Amino acid sequence: MAAARLPSRLRLPDQPMLRHLVLCAGALVLFYVLTVNLSSYHNYQVGLIALFAMVIAGLSVLTGINGQISLGHGAFMAVGAYTFALVQEHVTLPLALELLAAVAASAVLGLVVGIPATRLRGPYLAGMTLILALGLPQLADKYNSVFGGDEGLHPSQLVAPGAVDPNRWFAWITVLVAVIVVALLANLVRSHFGRAMRAVRDNEVAAMLAGIHVGRTKVLAFVVSAGCAGLAGAFLALSGGVVTTGDFPLSLSIYLVAAMVLGGAGSLVGPWWGAIAIVYLPQWSTSISSDFGLGSAVAANLALVIFGLVLIIVMMLAPTGVQGGVRWLARRLLAARFPRPPAAAGVTAVAGFPEPPAPATPDMRTEQERTHP
Amino acid sequence: MSHFVNLSLNGISSGMIYASVALGLVLVWRATRIINFAQGSMAMFSTYMAVTLLDRNLGYWEAFAVALAVGLALGAVVERTLIRPLQGKPELNPVIVTFGLFILLEGVAGAIFGVRSRGVPAAFSQSGLTIGHHRVSFSHFDLFVLGSVLALMVLMLVLFRATDVGLRMRASAFAPEMSRLVGVRVGRVLTLGWALASLAGSLAGLLVAPRSAFSPNYMDLILVYAFTAAVVGGLESPVGALVGGLLTGLVLSFVGGYLGSSLEPLGAAVILILVLSARPEGLFSRPAARQV
Amino acid sequence: MLEVDGLTVSYGPVRALRGVSFAARPSTITAVLGANGAGKTTLLRAMTGLVRPQEGSVRFDDHELTGLPVEEVVRLGVAHVPEGRGVIDQLTVEENLRLGALWRKDKSDRKRALAETYDLFPPLAERRRRLGAALSGGERQMLAIGRALVSRPRVLLLDEPSLGLAPLVTAQLMALLAELTLLASLTVILVEQNARSALSVATWAVVINLGQVVVSDTAAAVGTDTGLRHHYLGF
Ligand SMILES: Nc1ncnc2c1ncn2[C@@H]1O[C@H](COP(=O)(O)OP(=O)(O)OP(=O)(O)O)[C@@H](O)[C@H]1O
Ligand SMILES: [Mg+2]
Repeated sequence: MAAARLPSRLRLPDQPMLRHLVLCAGALVLFYVLTVNLSSYHNYQVGLIALFAMVIAGLSVLTGINGQISLGHGAFMAVGAYTFALVQEHVTLPLALELLAAVAASAVLGLVVGIPATRLRGPYLAGMTLILALGLPQLADKYNSVFGGDEGLHPSQLVAPGAVDPNRWFAWITVLVAVIVVALLANLVRSHFGRAMRAVRDNEVAAMLAGIHVGRTKVLAFVVSAGCAGLAGAFLALSGGVVTTGDFPLSLSIYLVAAMVLGGAGSLVGPWWGAIAIVYLPQWSTSISSDFGLGSAVAANLALVIFGLVLIIVMMLAPTGVQGGVRWLARRLLAARFPRPPAAAGVTAVAGFPEPPAPATPDMRTEQERTHP
Repeated sequence: MSHFVNLSLNGISSGMIYASVALGLVLVWRATRIINFAQGSMAMFSTYMAVTLLDRNLGYWEAFAVALAVGLALGAVVERTLIRPLQGKPELNPVIVTFGLFILLEGVAGAIFGVRSRGVPAAFSQSGLTIGHHRVSFSHFDLFVLGSVLALMVLMLVLFRATDVGLRMRASAFAPEMSRLVGVRVGRVLTLGWALASLAGSLAGLLVAPRSAFSPNYMDLILVYAFTAAVVGGLESPVGALVGGLLTGLVLSFVGGYLGSSLEPLGAAVILILVLSARPEGLFSRPAARQV
Repeated sequence: MLEVDGLTVSYGPVRALRGVSFAARPSTITAVLGANGAGKTTLLRAMTGLVRPQEGSVRFDDHELTGLPVEEVVRLGVAHVPEGRGVIDQLTVEENLRLGALWRKDKSDRKRALAETYDLFPPLAERRRRLGAALSGGERQMLAIGRALVSRPRVLLLDEPSLGLAPLVTAQLMALLAELTLLASLTVILVEQNARSALSVATWAVVINLGQVVVSDTAAAVGTDTGLRHHYLGF
């Protein structure tokens, strides 16, 4: 990437682990500076952005690296949120364990849903997760003695130490966890397992011939992303201090997919752009609608329209999303600033959206292979 | 006992609707290997056209016909503008695009018509018939549902089996390259496939509207049930869509009737998991048709 | 007149054809010969547009075929029987055959052509309701050729039609091709491994090696050139 062209004093370490550490530390410092300069309310929103970045990052790995898609990740957030709240209600545990319980519960659901997905390619997981997004909240409504019905559950909120503003504290904790999650995902993507995920994405048959357990890889990728969603759900519960089914409508899942695609599937920086869109776009669209006197129906639906357009336009015109654009821009600027031939391409390209490997090869597979891949 | 009978009858009636949407999903899947997640909201859109016309005092059947025509055209336009350019792209791209269209249409409908649900008149009485001395929860309207979906299925079957167009469609679905090599304009055939699929969806949309809380998302659940039905039926065959639709309709009707209607979506999820675990190629497709 | 001019095709890094040029005279059979991997199949595929050539052109009478979609090339009267399995397994024999003529407007002639094909290949007539998948190798080959013929093509591209056919049937097929060139003024491009039988009916012959034309001459001249035969044709 761009790092290879920078003068040496600006260059990031080549060791991936080390580079991730440096990047994370940088991100944390940046966020620290941001949070101390923002109002309490905006700190709260920074926290929201961070929690959405967690779930979108998991989704981004699932889709961009492994080639699967979930249209109902809101359901996994719901499982995480309710688990977190229920654990808090019934037992007293340290926060970390409560969060872990949320991750575990959604990961288990991911396992149950993911295993049949290995039997059928492509569309199954998308449809199945869509059903979950529609169906799970109804379950919570039905068993309202357990899940609190319309009242919802009331997990306790974070207690900020000393004079720290509670919202700022929430932002700090959430950002810290989100950065850790993203760093772990970044390492995962570079690991042996990451290569397996990519191989499965590019060509399942070839991956199988290369000795990769295709089913296990897909299930595991899905479980990881479900776990990320569960964690984000727990933080969503923390953020509001109340969990109701209304927090997890289908539109949440829709926003997650749109935000992931907007940021750039497969990227781990992109999810932050996507998260910003999720937090601010609905607000903006409401205020834009009222500025232009567009009426409440438009105000309520503008975000949906925009996200729908985003999905279509990004997929058709710029599959690498915002982060792809940022990277392109950065390369252009750097190339203009340091006009040197690029050093040997020792740096792996960060995954953009999966394009078929060698487009130069015309499709010479037989009919049978093409129609029944 | 009569509860059981009523649930069965309801199951059959909704099953026919799932079958109609599932037929649309199957047609598109066969032709382009894409699950059209916008199928439901495309139907919603054409049904809103009909309802708007009804509000302007157009006759019921005229509005009905217009909605079907809009559905047909919408399918063709979507294929031409959104799906065609994605040919040869990774299989996730069209999934995401149809999902985007799903949201877009619902958002646009919500912005124009509002999200509050409203009533829609039905062509026939919706009160239960009396058979012998028993009143069953099966109305003239249910008969209409049954009849019109069956008629659609038969028409499609005749189209596929007995006409040149149908032969082209089947050939293109099975072997697109070979079909081109014998002069079939596969592109047009795909457009037609999408148009017919959308037509099937529109019919379902019109049939569901009178008995649902009609709002921009009223087809959401229908779509996922139809998806279940299509997968149960093997995704490949129109007959599978019919049988899968009826099965899904019956099972969900019993789930709803005995366990509570809020469990229906999860019932569909369980059906999917069970079917895929036992017979991933669906219950009704010939195994040979799915071999790698 | 069918003219191929400077056709170059690559599959990624693999150059399959390098500037192949030749012309097929109307109402003749031109044999295209060469070892495995010489590029014969690629040549036919490039002619109908199944692969896009990097360079060169294919012209048929006044039509430029390069760049035209496959189905439009076919609709100009260029039928292509591909190598191996061209039969659509899920359709019946009759449906496969009907499909071949579907693009032609004249319905009654479509029926006639169908009947003629059944006369030509009686085994197909007996199996008209069978699925393509249930045919033997030879029957499939007959079906694929029959499907090309029902469209009453002006140019017929055949990729190893003798593969899987009994010697007697092969001989009949070759005789039929010769007859069609005379009666129906059909132009045939015949790709064959079986060089001897191809040369026996062809008027012209093109020998390809490693994607390049080695010789383009009359079939008689190629057939009697022992050096050429030993080198490239293996007999
Ligand atoms: N889809 C493809 N991808 C890459 N290379 C290919 C592809 N198809 C063919 N080739 C290569 O192109 C060359 C020409 O192949 P082609 O099939 O045209 O040969 P051929 O003369 O028909 O051989 P045969 O007599 O065995 O049928 C060969 O080297 C082959 O390996
Ligand atoms: Mg060959």
